[in-house]
Amino acid sequence: MPDGAPFAPQFASVQHRDETAEFGMWVFIATEVLLFGGLVLSYFVYRHAYPQAFMAASRHTDILIGTANTAILLTSSFLVACAVEALSMRAHTTSRALLIGAAILGLLFITLKGFEYADEYREHLIPGINFAFDGPLANGAELFFIFYFIATALHAVHMLVGIGLLGTFAARIGNAEESRIRTALHSAALYWHFVDVVWIFLFALIYLPGRSS
Amino acid sequence: MNEDSYLNAGYTLRSWFFTSDHKRIAILYFASLIFFFFIGGAAATAIRIELATPQADLVSSDMYNRLFTMHGIIMVWFFLIPSVPNTLGNFIVPLMIGARDLAFPRLNLLSWYLFMLGGSVTLFAIAAGGVDTGWTFYAPFSTLYSNSYVMAAVIGIFIAGFSSILTGLNFIVTIHRLRAPGLTWYRLPLFIWSLYATSVILVLATPILAITLILIAIERCFGVGIFDPKIGGDPLLFQHLFWFYSHPAVYIMILPGMGVVNELISCFSRKEVFGYKFVAWASLAIAALGFLVWGHHMFVSGQSLLASLVFSFMSFIVAVPSAIKVFNWTATLHKGSIRFDAPMLYALAFIGLFTIGGLTGLFLACLAYDVHATDTYFVVAHFHYIMVGGMVTAYFGGLHYWWPKITGRLYSEGWARAAAILIFFGFNLTFFPQFILGAEGMPRRYHVYPPEFQVWNVLSSGGASILAVAYLLPLFYLGYSLFFGARAPANPWDAPGLEWQTSSPPPEFNFAVQPVVTRAPYQYSEAFKAEPQNA
Repeated sequence: MPDGAPFAPQFASVQHRDETAEFGMWVFIATEVLLFGGLVLSYFVYRHAYPQAFMAASRHTDILIGTANTAILLTSSFLVACAVEALSMRAHTTSRALLIGAAILGLLFITLKGFEYADEYREHLIPGINFAFDGPLANGAELFFIFYFIATALHAVHMLVGIGLLGTFAARIGNAEESRIRTALHSAALYWHFVDVVWIFLFALIYLPGRSS
Repeated sequence: MNEDSYLNAGYTLRSWFFTSDHKRIAILYFASLIFFFFIGGAAATAIRIELATPQADLVSSDMYNRLFTMHGIIMVWFFLIPSVPNTLGNFIVPLMIGARDLAFPRLNLLSWYLFMLGGSVTLFAIAAGGVDTGWTFYAPFSTLYSNSYVMAAVIGIFIAGFSSILTGLNFIVTIHRLRAPGLTWYRLPLFIWSLYATSVILVLATPILAITLILIAIERCFGVGIFDPKIGGDPLLFQHLFWFYSHPAVYIMILPGMGVVNELISCFSRKEVFGYKFVAWASLAIAALGFLVWGHHMFVSGQSLLASLVFSFMSFIVAVPSAIKVFNWTATLHKGSIRFDAPMLYALAFIGLFTIGGLTGLFLACLAYDVHATDTYFVVAHFHYIMVGGMVTAYFGGLHYWWPKITGRLYSEGWARAAAILIFFGFNLTFFPQFILGAEGMPRRYHVYPPEFQVWNVLSSGGASILAVAYLLPLFYLGYSLFFGARAPANPWDAPGLEWQTSSPPPEFNFAVQPVVTRAPYQYSEAFKAEPQNA
């Protein structure tokens, strides 16, 4: 029994532990894909049923904020990737700064999203609270906005978890065992990139229909 | 009892409720599941008492709706889905693969806490007044019309879903990464293959349930019409989403049972499981096909005929890997040195009951017959043959088989055999009449029925009382064994698996020295002596 070993007893080595942890994150991402997958499937069912309404509703979304947020999130993912590289070169200060930067960009994303929600509230686009949409396409448009709010809110919850993770790592770098924190950060980065990829899909589904014509 | 047993690793409540030992967490799950099993059983008892007469004499229609909903919700999410994976699986998987624990012990504990939290919220829903939607929560009834505690039940099940996901995740990673040296995939016991297939379903199907429940909750809270046809929503979409989870979930409720039966059949016929690779891949085939057949729950819901045809065909295909298993178990018995110990009686009962349940599944996969049988007792009988006749029987078989390993005690063989036989007869008497009722057209979910159906209902209720006694019996003789049973040796069944090569009960980290596996599982010599996997 490896008492006092730097890794839990079910592992044979530090490397064994680290690979196992990363594999766990991949399995978790698989489950997350299906979570968002169910939502995206429902979206497509209704978009197929009400193509005109979805285009009309999509034109009411704020593509400026949407695009800005996409750029912000991609940049933040880039910073996290750099932070992982920096940490493996033992550049703790750089890595911490990059993580803080990424977390701030994440918060910026959430803030902009908040402004977007506020605009939508003023324009009476929130189903169940104050939805009003003129014309025969109202039902389909309401469905669009139901999915818009569920998908973006679910995404925002994931963002908040991710921001919390990045903040924790920024605080702990240098204070915890090197290999352990590197693996943990690597897994957290995978998660952050996943949240980013989800947003890219949501961006296309939310902001782009009906914009080209 | 050996001094370093996991049971001696601490006696405080803290040492149990904050443990990260997979064996102790399995015990926590055992205790919780017994509790939920009897709650679900109490609802079933009330249902069977009510159905003994054609009139309504015990409960109102509304109460009856709440009873069968409670029975379904508790039994599906709080007993059957976690039954074998979280108890026997939690205990045995690391032992079987020669690991010291699961890959993520603290996630394992978190899974139990989530399960208990979800269970408590669901029990609150029941205590507050119950839910009347059926366990399927069909929209728009569940979202717009039902006045019962749908939200609380939905939240409870949503939370319990995360416990399923964490268990599945833990098993997948453990089986990939923590196998003992020399334990290649084709040297894994088939129980592991089954749980691996189950875990894939847990990880990939449960999130669909989560998002479906979120949609239900939002529609109910905000009064928006996600599934309401009045404002453009589609109730069929709910059914598609729900069954995309719930059909694979049906296989969560049988695959682990099949895994247990492999171990039992092999051990008590002293032979290698016939066609190992076919049985192993059949588990994964069932898991994969399980994702492609959900539409067979919707043959009369108005989906397109083409879709129904495809789903019907795919459902028939599921019979192929299932039949491979049944034939291979039977072939394993052939020329074996068969012993009829209690676990083996359960295993043999499983084969018979699963075969009946599986074959009647083919009736229901058949488009024309399903139109007649939909929502009748034929369906009820079919899935109880799989879930109770199959899974619960396998659960009891596995519980008896691994009992000496888990507790370090032996149980009374005579009582155990009597209970196994009683379960078999009680079960058939309860559920076989329901096939006849269903074929004659008695619909499910009604508590009054025409008098000509009474004879079959009385038979069924009589069988249910035998079954109730048979399910209570183990509580007594296993309870007795827990405190007064004879000490069990490390390998009471003379079985070759790694779990039997460590002491009973196992020490805290399972193995004093890391076992190294040198041969395939289920090897017995000419004299039917076990040849341990690591010798």
